[in-house]
Amino acid sequence: MLAAETGWFLEHAYLIPIVPAVAFALIIFLGKRMPMKGSEIGIASMVTSLVLAAGTAYQWIQHVDDAHAATGEHASSAFGGFARAFRFFAEEGGEHGVYVEPVIRKVVWWQSGGVEIGLGQHIDGLAVMALLLVAFISTLVQIYSLEYLRGDRRYTHFFAALTLFSAGMLAMVLAENMVQLILGWEIMGLCSFMLIGHWWEDKANSEAALKAFWTVRVGDIGLMVGTGIIFFGASSFVSEHGGSANGFSIQTINEWAMSGTGSHSVLLWGAVALFIACIAKSGQFPLHTWLPDAMAGPTPVSSLLHSSTMVVAGVFLVARLYPVFSVGLEINVGDQQFNLIAVIGGITILIAAFLAFVQNDIKKVLAYSTVSQLGYMMMGLGVGAWVPAVFHIFTHAFFKCCLFLCAGSVSHSGSHHSFDMKKDMGGLARKMPITFACWTVSAIALAGVPFFSGFFSKDEIIDLAHHNGYDVFYYIGLIGAFLTTAYMTRATYLTFFGKPRGAAAGEHHDEHDTHDAHADVHAPAMAMAMAGGGLDDAHADTAHGHDAHDGHGHGDHHGDAHAGPHESPPLITVPLIILAALAVVSGYLNAAPFHIEKFTEWVANTSGVAFPELEHVEFTWSAALPSILLVGAGFVISLGVCVSIYGDRKSPLKGITKRVAPLRWIHTFLWNKYYLDALYEKVIVRGLAGPISSAAYWINQNVIDAIVNRAGSSARQTGGWVYRNIDQRVVDGAVNGSGAAARGSGTALQPTQSGKVNQYGALLFGAAAIGALVLVIVNT
Amino acid sequence: MLINQFLILGAILFCIGVYGVIARKNAVLVLMSIELILNSVNLNLLAFALRNNDPDGHVFALYVLAIAAAEVGVGLGLVLLIYRNKRTIALDELSEMKG
Repeated sequence: MLAAETGWFLEHAYLIPIVPAVAFALIIFLGKRMPMKGSEIGIASMVTSLVLAAGTAYQWIQHVDDAHAATGEHASSAFGGFARAFRFFAEEGGEHGVYVEPVIRKVVWWQSGGVEIGLGQHIDGLAVMALLLVAFISTLVQIYSLEYLRGDRRYTHFFAALTLFSAGMLAMVLAENMVQLILGWEIMGLCSFMLIGHWWEDKANSEAALKAFWTVRVGDIGLMVGTGIIFFGASSFVSEHGGSANGFSIQTINEWAMSGTGSHSVLLWGAVALFIACIAKSGQFPLHTWLPDAMAGPTPVSSLLHSSTMVVAGVFLVARLYPVFSVGLEINVGDQQFNLIAVIGGITILIAAFLAFVQNDIKKVLAYSTVSQLGYMMMGLGVGAWVPAVFHIFTHAFFKCCLFLCAGSVSHSGSHHSFDMKKDMGGLARKMPITFACWTVSAIALAGVPFFSGFFSKDEIIDLAHHNGYDVFYYIGLIGAFLTTAYMTRATYLTFFGKPRGAAAGEHHDEHDTHDAHADVHAPAMAMAMAGGGLDDAHADTAHGHDAHDGHGHGDHHGDAHAGPHESPPLITVPLIILAALAVVSGYLNAAPFHIEKFTEWVANTSGVAFPELEHVEFTWSAALPSILLVGAGFVISLGVCVSIYGDRKSPLKGITKRVAPLRWIHTFLWNKYYLDALYEKVIVRGLAGPISSAAYWINQNVIDAIVNRAGSSARQTGGWVYRNIDQRVVDGAVNGSGAAARGSGTALQPTQSGKVNQYGALLFGAAAIGALVLVIVNT
Repeated sequence: MLINQFLILGAILFCIGVYGVIARKNAVLVLMSIELILNSVNLNLLAFALRNNDPDGHVFALYVLAIAAAEVGVGLGLVLLIYRNKRTIALDELSEMKG
């Protein structure tokens, strides 16, 4: 009955991650032999996934609409014909809502001790939203990478890792059980390591990759522990209530958490352990330090990593197992003012936003902005604003992806592979109009200006925090909105306005601190050959790629000495335009001011056995006014400060962070990222690892080595005795003895082998005669 | 029926055959001596078969005849090849097998 109603795409959504996973293998094995070095396989697989995801989304929407229509007709007879497909809990929930049963399918992957570990799909609104988002963003990023990484020395491997990365996220998103979720989670961890360290020849890059990997691993301990705790809790629920699933199944876990039968402390500690994993993965305070460093990877990677995959995984996990967190941490229970998720999210919003002010690297500004926005999502989940938080994942993906790709476009064509806003940018608005327009639209969406997508999602979070009585987080959200506008204004001003500096002004310098170089080893030789053009190694390598888009100013690139900033080719600008358009439009799926709530309808299970009741707040412009005013104030103040500090005119604000002591202290404090890195490296790693390693060294030298040495010397003595007595005398004696015996008997018998037939005959008959004699004697 | 004459004849033939195998130098004569030995055995088989009124002995004798024929065939073939290669069939000159 279910299968007939859901449709092919919903039933076969598990294909969405399988396609890129297969493509990954194909790229690895065949990629180098393909005409486009494997990138076509990656893009084809992502497009296939996108088509499948779009089909899934379409059928899911139909599925939900059917359910709504059904409950409209059958509201009086809720347990009638449709009750099996759609459970209707109006009388329990109080609020009218439809619980749309997720489409769950699975196969047994392996089993151990009677516990079956499955692979499968758990398709509900959240999964469909994330699938569509990931497939869409991945497709655009891969197209963008075609141009951005043209001529890279590990081009094929880049596309392979990017495809596997998307496969990991997709597998995690539709995971039916926690084991599959961990699988996807870890695939992403691995791929982020490979992609961040893509240019591992630079030590900084490989260190950033390691840092990302290990920081996330710290959180993964929480994931394992949390999954274990939840498993045992949910398993006992299953054994009491019957059913085929076990405690790994996400549906079971959610039902268990909502049933109220689980022990509260089990839920609490399970939620805390899982949240530690989310802190590390989603770059929340205090484990956010890996995220900005992850900018060492190529820009498309940063874009993918920061918008729809990897960092969103942590938020997604909280949203996915929301009943566990909601019940475990007692979100929205009584007049609760604080809970772990909201506090961590709130702290993250503020500290990351402050850090964004002192960054010179455009990508780092965006990285801290991502951290801050992830804080919004977490805080939203923490204050019971599930729908706006998930909606913020959705809208944020578009504009943040667009911002990163704009930054990449600027560095690719405008600032000569530099990301330093102060040194190499400025005044690019006129030179790169498309990039500038896309950037501006996305930045406005990020800032939360009304009628852009960020407004609809972020304001809902802030509104609900207020409505649910989380006053502290309401104010944090407002301050965050102010700060977001301010730092984005600063970044925009530094990049696109003012006087061109450094590479943006066309001048050339060879020391690239934040160099996004993808040069081949032999490139300097080429650069020499083109020395007239003053090309450095980075451009020399990409030179052969430039032929493909001569019409965009690259042609002159080699002729006159470094043409300077110019607009990027269409492979870069088209994804930008698409994303910028979505940065505006995507918000209208859930535009509260216009009473459009399609997203809520499609994604949220407003009530049901497996989901807590969600509060809903009616939008009023007066409630939204504070944040709108703060956004405006942020823009005006930041613009004023930026113009006076970075502009040409003399101003008392210039160099103020150097002159005024308290400001200097704050600047230094922020510049050093609250000394968190120093804390981790110097205090924790060295303070902890130092004594441990010296103690380990002492134990190693004095205890283990002594044991080993003693064992070694006694073994040596035993060996010597064995050698002298057993080996030399017994074994060798036996061998030598048998040899000598064979030799002696051979010599003795040699004369009988005379070669004379007659003699042989004589011997034969002699022996026969003796034999006959013996026979006769014996028988008588 | 006394079978001692048969057995004595067989024994004499056997001894002549053994003498021939040991003493003769000519390979063809050695083969002939082997035939004598085999036929002496045949005589014994037939004698005891008659005495015990048992056909097994006859059957065995027939087998021995057949195998003897085959053996002579192979043996003469060997001798012929040796003659071709060595221009001699004197056994005391053929001592390649000396160890």
